[in-house]
Amino acid sequence: MKRRSFIKNVAAGVALPSLLGGFGVRLHATAPLGRLMSALDADNDRALVLIQLDGGNDGLATLSPLDQYDRLKKARPNIALPENRLLPLTGLSTLAMHPAFIGMRNLYEEGQVRIVQNAGYPNPNLSHFRATDIWMSASHADEFIGSGWAGRYLAYEYPNFPMGYPNANMPHPLAVEIGYSMSLSLMGPQTGMGFVIPDTQSYYQLLAGEQAPAPNTPAGEQLAYVRLIAQQSRVFAQAILDASKKATNQATYPDTPLAAKLKIIARLIAGGLKSRFYLASIGGFDTHAQQADTSDPTKGAHAQLLQQLGDAVWAFCQDIQALGVADRVAGMTFSEFGRRVASNFSDGTDHGEAAPLFLFGTPVAGGVTGSNPKLPLNPTLNDNLPMEVDFRSVYATVLRDWFCVPEADVPSILMHQHPFVNGLFRPGMACLTSSVREDHWEAGRSLLTCRPNPFREAVVLDYESTGGPTVVQILDASGRIVATPVSGWQAQGRYQTTWDGSALPAGVYFCRLVSGQAQQTRTLQKH
Amino acid sequence: MSYLHRRDFLTLLGRSRPSAASSEAALDVALSPAVEAHLAQRTAHPPTSGLAPYTGPWTRAEVIHLLRRTLFGPTKSDVDYFLSKSMAQAVSEILRASYTPPPGPVNDYNNPNFTDPNVPFGQSFLNAPLHPMAEPYRIESVRGWWLRLMLNSGRSIREKMTLFWHNHIPVEFSIVPLGSALYRYNQTLRQHALGNFKDLIRAVTLDPAMLFYLNGYLNSRQAPDENYAREIQELFVIGKDLPQHYTEDDVKAAARLLTGWRTDGFSTFFSAFHHDAGDKQFSAFYQNRLIKGRSGPNAGAIELEEFLDMLLAHPEAARFLCRKIYRFFVYHHISPEVEQNVIEPLAQIFRDSNYEILPVLETLFQSEHFFDVLNRGAIIKSPIDMAVGLFRYFDVSLPPESDLFDRLIISYQVNVALGAMMQLPGDPPNVSGWPAYHQKPLLDKVWINTATLPKRAEATNAMVYVGLYGLNHRVAIDPLKWAAGLSNPANVNALIHESLEMLLGLPVSQQVKDTLKPILLSNLPDEAYWTYGWQLWQANPNDPTLSGALSIRLQAYLQRVLQMEEFQLC
Repeated sequence: MKRRSFIKNVAAGVALPSLLGGFGVRLHATAPLGRLMSALDADNDRALVLIQLDGGNDGLATLSPLDQYDRLKKARPNIALPENRLLPLTGLSTLAMHPAFIGMRNLYEEGQVRIVQNAGYPNPNLSHFRATDIWMSASHADEFIGSGWAGRYLAYEYPNFPMGYPNANMPHPLAVEIGYSMSLSLMGPQTGMGFVIPDTQSYYQLLAGEQAPAPNTPAGEQLAYVRLIAQQSRVFAQAILDASKKATNQATYPDTPLAAKLKIIARLIAGGLKSRFYLASIGGFDTHAQQADTSDPTKGAHAQLLQQLGDAVWAFCQDIQALGVADRVAGMTFSEFGRRVASNFSDGTDHGEAAPLFLFGTPVAGGVTGSNPKLPLNPTLNDNLPMEVDFRSVYATVLRDWFCVPEADVPSILMHQHPFVNGLFRPGMACLTSSVREDHWEAGRSLLTCRPNPFREAVVLDYESTGGPTVVQILDASGRIVATPVSGWQAQGRYQTTWDGSALPAGVYFCRLVSGQAQQTRTLQKH
Repeated sequence: MSYLHRRDFLTLLGRSRPSAASSEAALDVALSPAVEAHLAQRTAHPPTSGLAPYTGPWTRAEVIHLLRRTLFGPTKSDVDYFLSKSMAQAVSEILRASYTPPPGPVNDYNNPNFTDPNVPFGQSFLNAPLHPMAEPYRIESVRGWWLRLMLNSGRSIREKMTLFWHNHIPVEFSIVPLGSALYRYNQTLRQHALGNFKDLIRAVTLDPAMLFYLNGYLNSRQAPDENYAREIQELFVIGKDLPQHYTEDDVKAAARLLTGWRTDGFSTFFSAFHHDAGDKQFSAFYQNRLIKGRSGPNAGAIELEEFLDMLLAHPEAARFLCRKIYRFFVYHHISPEVEQNVIEPLAQIFRDSNYEILPVLETLFQSEHFFDVLNRGAIIKSPIDMAVGLFRYFDVSLPPESDLFDRLIISYQVNVALGAMMQLPGDPPNVSGWPAYHQKPLLDKVWINTATLPKRAEATNAMVYVGLYGLNHRVAIDPLKWAAGLSNPANVNALIHESLEMLLGLPVSQQVKDTLKPILLSNLPDEAYWTYGWQLWQANPNDPTLSGALSIRLQAYLQRVLQMEEFQLC
């Protein structure tokens, strides 16, 4: 890597935040070759690209129910799309897409899009913050869960993370998010599971070996030094550089913020990055006002957003196909809520409830899950669309069918039992073998095992003390301490103790080891 | 199984025990090409201003700078408090804060695997006999006690000066196997931290832990041990900054002069039998001073007094200490201008006051040089500054005194983290103190390397998210409590401005601030959503979904800010 002057680009003047997270001890090439090879099995590095539509996407304008179009026009006299401009979908007589959403429509025509209608959850919350948290954590509407569904899956798949990571089994970040900070989606039960690239410009700065400018003062000189060391310390930054060097984008992307993010993601995947989740977001969906031009409702803010989304996803899918990695990439859009049935007087729509989400990519079974939304005969400003498919059932199915999680293990990841939705993915895809998963489970450094799991009565706790005060506690799903099987000063070494959990009610529990600076948490299920 | 060996601590903390010479040699070769290139092309020069009293503006920026350097970082209430005073009053109050010796450490370490046979839980072990099994626990008890004094150091510079003196005149906890002696050594530093330098050096010279650490207790006329005799000249009082300095014969003469001091670990006494009663001749560096040999019970004390007077009569003594103070409190590099405009006049004040420490500090901290804009943000925080400052700013409390064991094990976890960042309180790598204060050319840059910078991120992440766990307590930043204490937390711009001002050693551009706002706003363009979320929670403070929504956004924000490179500067 060419390391240019630290004070380069002073004139450019824009100081960018550095990469967040991904600190780690450099990987040493001591892993046995066989293990390294097994870690490269194709079914072991399936990835899910999550695209968040910030603000609450208007489902009825995105995907219009032609069977009730008169009601929709009545509900939205100022911004309803002209029916003859909607994009038809082959084989679907009563559904059509927004004329600007042509990228997604073309992908649908190729059989690469699964539409899930009326995705939502019971008792929906119309606050952006709260609804986003629910979608990211997969919580119920009336509870707060401080970790994300993707983060909990990654903790399930790589239970020792971050201890002993990176390693030969997973030399790369578990997840990559292009965004200013790590989303709740990627929070594990104990720690963040992702690596953050703050924005596309930071990525290209990283590639060029450039540093944000620092003032030419004593403090600025110290700052440049810390930045230099920060650059050298981020082992995952090196993994990202390495992957980037191995691949060149093959498709032409539009010049939009979302396309710029997906372009990087395609390059990283094709370059061999084994990260399981990639997160990108596109903002601006909170279209309370001027959602569409009243003179031509096919134009306006929402049209531009769908154009950006559809075209970026289209280019991304073209790219990963040309790069030969399409079969290991699935994508999913989500938004914290849909919008009201009726438009408001400022030519927009207010916060609503259920809305469609889109799964895309060659592994996805093209088609539609769920039925058209049911619009009221005489819509009022307060009318909302009821949910038909619980989004957490979609998550459960992604975990089972895409990440090959055994059905029985899914509730401990999602924190609740949810039914599965069949038919989201193409049938007949090979799933990863249990020996590969066992490799994941053993990778890194394990300080704590709890057997059996699930348990009914006694649990055998094997743990390692790093020396000094050592505590092993059992916590319930809300984080309350329900038992403390170990609490003493111990010499460095391995220990075993048995804890009787027969008195606890059935449910999800956590077992937490604290020893010196080391902490490790295991999820337990009581039957 | 139940006994924790000292070796376990050392292994745990990843520390080896090199001599001063070997560790310095190791550091000399450790620079990567990129670091060398950085050092070679740095051009920034420190300011040339001098010790004239600062007369510029006295705003939040100046108060924060003063508190970063003289305390373990600013807190909101401290900044507000000192803003209501004048600059001179603020400096004076920080230097002259009332002091009563803190209650000593107690047995807080009894646990299912060890019970101290001599000291009941909750009782002082300071007069208990040495107990090989108990001492490792007692030592950790002292270390935790000291950490908590730093965490609770309030508006006084005393704990920061205690740390300064510990670095300057260190005793390594991992070498002295007696917890009570380490407590007394540490308390000696605290007692004299702002007093008279000669009193401090005398007290430390005769301190039981120091006598053990540098072999003074073995020093006999039959076979003088030169260890302390060398270090008091080379490291504690005179230094080796001058090309001409003390000679090997001076070391030998001083070693003979210091013969006869003995300790049982609890107190120090003089054995005239072991004292060399012959005359001690010093070199031209000390004006060929002859210290007459004495015998009898007061011989050691009399000769020590004359020896200390001789050392302090050398003009380099005051300069040496003023340079050390300058590096600790102002900036690592001493240019010829700083030597002339700051060090030399400070040294004169030091000598003129008969080595009273306070006038030196007061003149420095009230000077235009100290407040010079070019000096602000120019120190890389030590791990202790970083961690203690974090606890203080976020008002993170350790478990209460009623839960002694929890308090100990959480103090222990903080200390282990400090060790991982290469500044375990009580255990600098050797008698030279931490390399950040003497190892050129890196100096305070030594704190930051590819091993320690990730540890800092881990430590701040831990405090933002998972926290430190005792049996009954979780210790972590409470993001809501913190935000609620800000001036205008409902306004996202005010929140960002106020917190960055306190947390970052250098201001950042509006562009950078604009990258922080989306974290709090969930990428929504409308700032009112933060205000709305805040007000909603204020109206329903017990709704976990509302507090959770704010908490996770504040946590993500703090995680990013605490990983910004500017956070490492002070």
